[in-house]
Amino acid sequence: MDKTLHHKHIEERENVVILFAGDSGDGIQLTGSQFTDTNALFGNDVSTFPNFPAEIRAPQGTLAGVSGFQLHFGSVEIFTPGDQSDVLVAMNAAALKANLSKLKKGGIIIANSDGFDPRNLRLAGYPEGAEPLHDGILANYTVHAIDVTKMTRNALADVQLGMKEKDRCKNMFVLGFINWMYSRSLDNSEAFLQRKFSKQPDILEANHRALQAGYNYGDTSETFTTRFEVKPAPMPKGTYRSITGNQGIALGLVAAAQRAGLDLFYGSYPITPASDILHELSRHKNFGVKTFQAEDEIAAICSAIGASYGGALGVTASSGPGIALKGEALGLAVMLEIPLVVINVQRGGPSTGLPTKTEQADLWQAVFGRNGEAPVPVIAASTPIDCFEMVFEAAQIALECMTPVMLLSDGYIANGAEPWRFPQAKDLGAIKPPFVPPVIASSDAGGEKRSLFHMTEPFLPYVRDERGVRPWALPGQAGMQHRIGGLEKEDRTGNVSYDPVNHEKMVRLRADKVARIADRFRPIRLDSGPDRGDLLVVGWGSTYGAIRTAALRLQEEGHAVAHVHLRHLFPFNKGLRDLLKRYDRVLVPEMNSGQLRHMLRAEFLVDARGLNKVQGLPFTSEEVHAAAMELLRTPTPAEA
Amino acid sequence: MSTTNGTIAPEKVDFSSDQEVRWCPGCGDYSILKQVETLLEQSGRKKEEIVFISGIGCSSRFPYYLDTYGIHGIHGRAPAIVSGLRSVRPDLSVWMITGDGDALSIGGNHIIHLLRRNVDVNILLFNNEIYGLTKGQYSPTSPEGAVTRSTPMGSIDHPFNPLALFKGADATFIARAMDRDPKQLREVLARADAHRGASMVEIYQNCNVFNDGAFEIFTDKATKPMHTLFVEHGKPLTFANGTKGICISSEMKPRIIDIGPDFSPNDCWVHDERDNFKASILVRLFDDPRKENAFPRPFGVFYVNDRVTHEEKLNAQLARARELKGDGDLDKLLSGERTWTIG
Repeated sequence: MDKTLHHKHIEERENVVILFAGDSGDGIQLTGSQFTDTNALFGNDVSTFPNFPAEIRAPQGTLAGVSGFQLHFGSVEIFTPGDQSDVLVAMNAAALKANLSKLKKGGIIIANSDGFDPRNLRLAGYPEGAEPLHDGILANYTVHAIDVTKMTRNALADVQLGMKEKDRCKNMFVLGFINWMYSRSLDNSEAFLQRKFSKQPDILEANHRALQAGYNYGDTSETFTTRFEVKPAPMPKGTYRSITGNQGIALGLVAAAQRAGLDLFYGSYPITPASDILHELSRHKNFGVKTFQAEDEIAAICSAIGASYGGALGVTASSGPGIALKGEALGLAVMLEIPLVVINVQRGGPSTGLPTKTEQADLWQAVFGRNGEAPVPVIAASTPIDCFEMVFEAAQIALECMTPVMLLSDGYIANGAEPWRFPQAKDLGAIKPPFVPPVIASSDAGGEKRSLFHMTEPFLPYVRDERGVRPWALPGQAGMQHRIGGLEKEDRTGNVSYDPVNHEKMVRLRADKVARIADRFRPIRLDSGPDRGDLLVVGWGSTYGAIRTAALRLQEEGHAVAHVHLRHLFPFNKGLRDLLKRYDRVLVPEMNSGQLRHMLRAEFLVDARGLNKVQGLPFTSEEVHAAAMELLRTPTPAEA
Repeated sequence: MSTTNGTIAPEKVDFSSDQEVRWCPGCGDYSILKQVETLLEQSGRKKEEIVFISGIGCSSRFPYYLDTYGIHGIHGRAPAIVSGLRSVRPDLSVWMITGDGDALSIGGNHIIHLLRRNVDVNILLFNNEIYGLTKGQYSPTSPEGAVTRSTPMGSIDHPFNPLALFKGADATFIARAMDRDPKQLREVLARADAHRGASMVEIYQNCNVFNDGAFEIFTDKATKPMHTLFVEHGKPLTFANGTKGICISSEMKPRIIDIGPDFSPNDCWVHDERDNFKASILVRLFDDPRKENAFPRPFGVFYVNDRVTHEEKLNAQLARARELKGDGDLDKLLSGERTWTIG
């Protein structure tokens, strides 16, 4: 497509946030993801977040039925889906009402006027006689009311389709218009339609026409005098794809199993927002991936334990309530000392809580939530891409150190997407489980060290190497028969033992093994800022983007503020103690009431302060910035 | 730990582990352990190809006493551990040891799902109608009125009919045996082992400490003939030393008949272990034996069905996926279907 730009004025923007909102049936997710693709292909950095209604088929036109898709794209690096939006596309009155507070003052509203008829206004809960598009309540915004329904129908007047089918093309009209508004070519969307509807020529033609009509409308209508342009971002050269956090986890698991040369077994019970991992993995059976939709959360983890015992990479995932149910079995895996990856895609709690909202309030559950002293390494992903890297590391630790590992993600990054310069398989790390007998390619030192595992007679399942790791003998291996279980083990033999001194020894051995896993972590590294200064902002998990954005701004403003984002929460990275000492103040923003802060204070005796938000919503960078500024104005703990 | 073996001197030492067996002296579990050891030895299987998975309870200590691979799991969850293990290791011989509390109370949910999926495993359910390891509370198979430490005025809970429950879950192999009839037990175990799929064997096992004599009426020489019915494929259902039989009326109701001038064994119901509907009736012969005119309690193999196993279907899907898409190419997976290049 090559359109002449006529007389329209073009303004350049560094970054733009658009929130598409409408009824679940309005095709909002498709419109949003298509425009995201177009911008990514153009070279922008992008970050997205879909916001689904909690109900599956909430009544049409109501606030509960509003589906949203937020896109942040820019000519600069983008770290979050955006605090507030510049543009709100509202397909009906409910979409406007539900999302107006997320629009910047002075922002642009593109409203489908057909969705503001008396019925829609009533369903959205507007008072009798209200006309939000005309009665002045939107005076602080620029409102473009377009009768999308009518214009789409007009454009499709001579297409042989029912009215219902024609109306389903409304989202393409909107997509065409938005493409015009941001000076984008329709090529990508056209190609998408071609692929999607290649077997339905009528539907293809209708969508194609609606898309064109939306674009032409912007071009010819006198109402619009300004277009915008967002130049490409200075992205590193390479080939990219888009990835969500849950996809990242699924792909990372397949990759880890392949690198370890093992089958992947994924036992899971459906739960929001973790189910997409199951959906994704169930599509990759040709990689030897075995998915098992268990009868409940307990069976899900126990089946994964059984699979690990058989020599596969056993994995289970859930969200907080399901993780609670898995607790006892996780303790069993601690006792058995077998590899297991447990993923918690956190959501708002306690109990059923806020299933579709985000929170990071399961940190204590992950670290402390088991009976007895049952240490489990806990690591956390901070972005959708990081989900891939961290789940790979989780599998690596589990398989090489013979331990269950808990990976924390959350609903915000699970469903959010960003461009990923994906790695090549050959560049991924190796994974070498302590199998017995070890696979010795050459007579290297590592091989000889491990051979102690199978040189003993009889086989001792709980003898340990220098890292405190026990050997992994698989059923089928002759002469290695052994029995393991949840009862306390005798050191080395693994036989049942009630000996008091042995029990304390085993508690320590298990704890030491997990503590020593910190030896293998990459050295701690600041995300941004000076290596000593007035304030260190310590984050973990999905708050990464908001904290990074705020920290960069603070540094630009001349403040001695640094940002470190923790990936390893138990055990902590060894360099953290020293790092914390180099700043006068420590701020810990968390979407909980202060769980990491509590752990940092206990472990390092540091007077860490919290920024805590428990609303089921992510931080805005503005909130982090404001909290940092406030803390900078107070005396340091030393001064006070 | 001591490795001496003072309590039991099994003849088949091969499959015994070096662990001291720690069930109470006189426990019915010893008999079951011995029959299993004998069977394993006769099966010619290698020790390393056998895995015993258990839950929690007296019976669940079983894996420690055999020199095979094994997991002593957590309460009620053995079926789930088995399902995962089986999914990745169809080459092994997998056995599951459980009890009436483990399988039917805390693990009730898992057992029915394992059965409907038909995971290939030999399940030995030691039913003693009591909680032994926790010292004498009633179990989901204890009869109504059972006076136990937690039911001083008698249990008010209606008990499970385990085999009817398993039939309802579409188990593909259902059998009943008892600790005090080792020969029959061994035969049933051999059948269970030969069956591909979930083989469910309920074993009446005497807890001589907390529920002694619970099954005496079925095991005592004097009462056994009148109260037990040993079913055999293709043979008429007769009991009481051939003097009584069971026939099915035209309304599909079972009835006890006297073999003699009026009825011959030819009038009896002929056992067909492949008959789904008859099996549903057979598992319902579950009268309180102390009741007048009670049906005898059946023992033997009630039902066999060759439904494809869970892991066969799972692996067939994987093979099919490989056929359609080829072996997984990690680089292709990482790049996905839509990429773009910058620079």
